[in-house]
Amino acid sequence: MKFNRLVLACAAGLALCSVTARAQLTVEITGAGANRLPVAIADFTGERIVAQALASVVRADLERSGLFRLVDAGAALADSATPPFEDLKTRGADAVVGGSVVAGADGRYETRVRLSDVPKQTVLGNPAYLHSGAQLRATAHRIADFIYEKLTGEPGVFSTRIAYVVKSTGRYELKIADADGANDQAALASREPIISPAWSPDGSKLAYVSFEAKKPVVYVHDLASGRRHVAANFKGSNSAPAWSPDGKQLAVVLTKDGGSQLYVVNADGSGVTRIATSSGIDTEPRWSPDAHFIYFTSDRGGSPQIYRIASSGGSAERVTFEGSYNVTPRPSPDGKSLAFIARNGNGRFQLALMDLATRQTQILTDSAKDESPSFAPNGRMILYATEIGGRGVLAAVSSDGRVKQKLSVQAADVREPAWGPLVR
Amino acid sequence: MRTPLLALPLLSALTLLLAACGSQPPAPEQAASGVESRTPGAVAVESAPVTQVKPDTFDAGSIAALKDPRSPLSKRSVYFDYDSYVVKDEFQSLLTAHGKFLSANQKMKMLIQGNADERGSREYNLALGQKRAEAVKKALALLGAREDQIEAVSLGEEKPACTESGEDCWAKNRRGDMLYAGEF
Repeated sequence: MKFNRLVLACAAGLALCSVTARAQLTVEITGAGANRLPVAIADFTGERIVAQALASVVRADLERSGLFRLVDAGAALADSATPPFEDLKTRGADAVVGGSVVAGADGRYETRVRLSDVPKQTVLGNPAYLHSGAQLRATAHRIADFIYEKLTGEPGVFSTRIAYVVKSTGRYELKIADADGANDQAALASREPIISPAWSPDGSKLAYVSFEAKKPVVYVHDLASGRRHVAANFKGSNSAPAWSPDGKQLAVVLTKDGGSQLYVVNADGSGVTRIATSSGIDTEPRWSPDAHFIYFTSDRGGSPQIYRIASSGGSAERVTFEGSYNVTPRPSPDGKSLAFIARNGNGRFQLALMDLATRQTQILTDSAKDESPSFAPNGRMILYATEIGGRGVLAAVSSDGRVKQKLSVQAADVREPAWGPLVR
Repeated sequence: MRTPLLALPLLSALTLLLAACGSQPPAPEQAASGVESRTPGAVAVESAPVTQVKPDTFDAGSIAALKDPRSPLSKRSVYFDYDSYVVKDEFQSLLTAHGKFLSANQKMKMLIQGNADERGSREYNLALGQKRAEAVKKALALLGAREDQIEAVSLGEEKPACTESGEDCWAKNRRGDMLYAGEF
């Protein structure tokens, strides 16, 4: 497989060429939940610089989620110390977090955390983490995930990663960053467009469409090794990759038999099978989380609308009926709702959310050029691309429409977001 | 069928690698240099422009006609209405010229790149661009071009000819471009 090795060398070369000035994604909160839980995160005790950095990342995570209101915790608080409950009650805190950081002889740290219920004066959890100095932020995100899950009952997504494409003059970069925008790295840099990144269910790979061959070709890129392979490169265009829930297959759109039509290929590019047939456009496939359905966009009824088809085959069922342009279906992680982009009467493209049981639809944004929605793996937030002042930015909105965030990179267009899976 | 196609991304990845690492300015998109450089004496044009006399007539079936501004073959774009992939009548004569050229020059290969304006979903626009490219391909095939001479692909909304927001600009981006081998 001489060919494969050459491609790998090129892919590695591309990454090496992609060192640029840091242009980190910054996250700005533009709307918060109605009932934010008041929580006090004290400075941790121990090595001062490390302990302060940890606590500040935990605070930023919780605040950014829009579900918590930070209450001043006063002095540093060790995990072993009894929190000043009466004082915290006066300040209005419902929960308090203390912690300690101890440096070991091997240069690693042990961080112990205690989360307590203030009104009940009880301990809600007492986890410990062994980590290196380089894993400081990662540890803080895990602590924030622990607090979030204990207090809201759903998993936190602070340890997850996001992928997106940054376009600057004549240059496209496929970036991977932590959910808070930190630690961004380019997985691929190219002069030609890159679109439609999609995470494998285990978070180890990204499928995407690159135009470096002067036409759209689907690649699968292993993030740890930087190796990639062609998943679909047939005559015509190859696009819109979507992973099956078991990570073994990709739904793709191919035009090899004329028109944009839906196919399934194995993730290694073998075994192509057509799954639907129409005389018009079929595109943007997405599996439902239970793998029973594939949602997609089709103009078979005269205008682009969302349909679904059983993954075992059969006839397509139309899902959207209101309006003349409903595209980019994205089922929620629990499979109960569907995010998509709707063009409204005034020509605005807005993020919409449909309850699949009642078919009730709610518009979640007031912007005009929304694209490419992507659910957080806990289903709480939806990340999407939009435009502010003529520039591409990312934004996130909670599924109830209340919490809003803006994620932007200075002097560049950001687009095509994809929120990665939960990491365990 | 797939083996020759697999070589494409490799080649371009290499090109990209060299290009991305070097400091030379980016090459113009879809540069038409391939065909031109095959014309004898093309390099000398710059040094002796005034004395060069062009022939009054051109052979519509010749490869040189692809670059001759007097030939309809030098025009390569077909424009479409919003959300439409129907070839309008005004482009029939252009398509006839290219269809006949391909039929007469069966060794010539063509890549048709369909494009869409920026509004709406990138993937849906990619599919729309594909429909436009295929509409152009179908018209050429009816005029005698062979299936294996033409590949219809889409660039969607990713490579706009015009980057402002507004109908004037959008109309320029709803387009199918015909490129001959060496021009892409």
